[in-house]
Amino acid sequence: MTDLPPPQQRSPLGSLVLIAAVVAAGAAAFAYTAGWFSPDRLTPAKLLQAFAPANGPALGHRRNHAKGICFTGMFEANGNGVALSRAQVFATGQYPVVGRFNFSTVDPNASDATSRVRGMGLQISTPDGGVWRSAMIDPPFFPVASPDAFYALLQASASKDPDAMKNFAGAHPEIQAFGAWAGTAPWHASYAEEPYNGLNAFLFVDKTGAEHAVRWSLRPQAQATSMSAEDFAKLGPDHLAEEITARVGKEPQRWTMAVTVANPGDPTADPSKEWPADRTVVEVGALTVDKIQAEADGPCRDINFDPTILPDGIKVSDDPFPAARSAAYARSFDLRTSEAKSYPRNEATGTQP
Amino acid sequence: MTARNLRFTTLQRVLHWLMAICILAMLFIGVGMVSTVMPKYVPLLATHKTLGIAILVLAVIRIAVRLRSGTPPLPRDLPEPMRLAAKLSHYALYALMIAMPLLGWGMLSAGGYPVVLFGGVTLPSILPHSDSLHTLLWNAHFTLAFAFFALILLHIAAGLFHALVRRDGVFESMAGGKASNAPVE
Repeated sequence: MTDLPPPQQRSPLGSLVLIAAVVAAGAAAFAYTAGWFSPDRLTPAKLLQAFAPANGPALGHRRNHAKGICFTGMFEANGNGVALSRAQVFATGQYPVVGRFNFSTVDPNASDATSRVRGMGLQISTPDGGVWRSAMIDPPFFPVASPDAFYALLQASASKDPDAMKNFAGAHPEIQAFGAWAGTAPWHASYAEEPYNGLNAFLFVDKTGAEHAVRWSLRPQAQATSMSAEDFAKLGPDHLAEEITARVGKEPQRWTMAVTVANPGDPTADPSKEWPADRTVVEVGALTVDKIQAEADGPCRDINFDPTILPDGIKVSDDPFPAARSAAYARSFDLRTSEAKSYPRNEATGTQP
Repeated sequence: MTARNLRFTTLQRVLHWLMAICILAMLFIGVGMVSTVMPKYVPLLATHKTLGIAILVLAVIRIAVRLRSGTPPLPRDLPEPMRLAAKLSHYALYALMIAMPLLGWGMLSAGGYPVVLFGGVTLPSILPHSDSLHTLLWNAHFTLAFAFFALILLHIAAGLFHALVRRDGVFESMAGGKASNAPVE
């Protein structure tokens, strides 16, 4: 009111402290957002570390499903999917495909018989610029219900504690169904004889904007021949790549794309739970694989089959896995592209992987 | 000297504060999204791409407006090192506003990713698919993001220093409110 000193003569100390506090608070908020104060946060980096074997990851390769082989071909839509999704990929027509057969392993030189889970990465491109990427596997459901449980599974698998898996199974009983599948499902001698299941639920958006919760599968048109794990192992460590190369060299291989539509109330957030068998299934087209290429020189090597790369007309649902997979795949892609020296292309020789 | 050219124009001030919000949001979204596997990763990534292109467009407009409208003069008694720091830091801020979205766009292009924004808007690829380019641009995008944030903290500190300690009207030249009695002279 009366005789405060004019502001110019006030000590700047208080102002300087205030400025320092503002800067410190900004930096702290940034560090918090980046997770530096949250050691328990599940980050893409932690998820990948949990995959890595004790002697470190295979540089330049995918951090999981590291062994695989490229293919190209065509997706031929029959028009039946148009009622569910406005994506151009379902309009009657043929759309080019790049993909990758693979199996779950962190070792690109692993013997084929060491893995129970085989997969397919798929990219379908449409003239409107739409790109649909998907990475599917052959079990009919996922081993666990949530990304956190998946991380716990990786940790338990790598643990030296003899009770680790037992404790994990106690906390995550859904793993038992997967164990039963892995123990009893027949082995097949060919990538061509496997079904590839998306497992995660997505939303198809039709022309009216209505959303339909779906899961998709690629069902093999080839006749499957069952065998035991022992008989499969006798075929050799690289049988799958050799066999699919020879087989597709003789004639193209086909899969039917089947879209299962959820009923209201079906769980979409948990890929460890199958939907009842009576749900509507729409066959929307067929995948034809007509060329196989070694991964080192093939068009699939540098593609991240991120399941959240979707055309207009397909969206993620409340299933938490596509986001977690996208985050982890991006990290894996960033790492392996930066390590490309360790996995050079060999165009001159064109050797098999 | 008239009061009018002691301040940035209204358009410049609106652009400044709008971009301040966008860029801060962008940096926080960036460090947040690469450290999470939660479902929010997907909308954060879509927001990051869309906002990045919006910032690129705004930055181009802003530089054009600045070239046309100029800037208010710095106080005559501002020491030469501070004058130089002000000038260089502003060049760096403008360069980053343009470079960061282009690095991100180029990085996605070199990684073979489709660049899809909100509303399904798909941008063309601006670089060939290449491991080495992807790595180079990824590293630049990552490193410069932290440099950008550090520079913004410095910018905020300098602005507050002008407002609270020097009280020389520099802060007021960009602040809102009435252009009344900024004690420049």
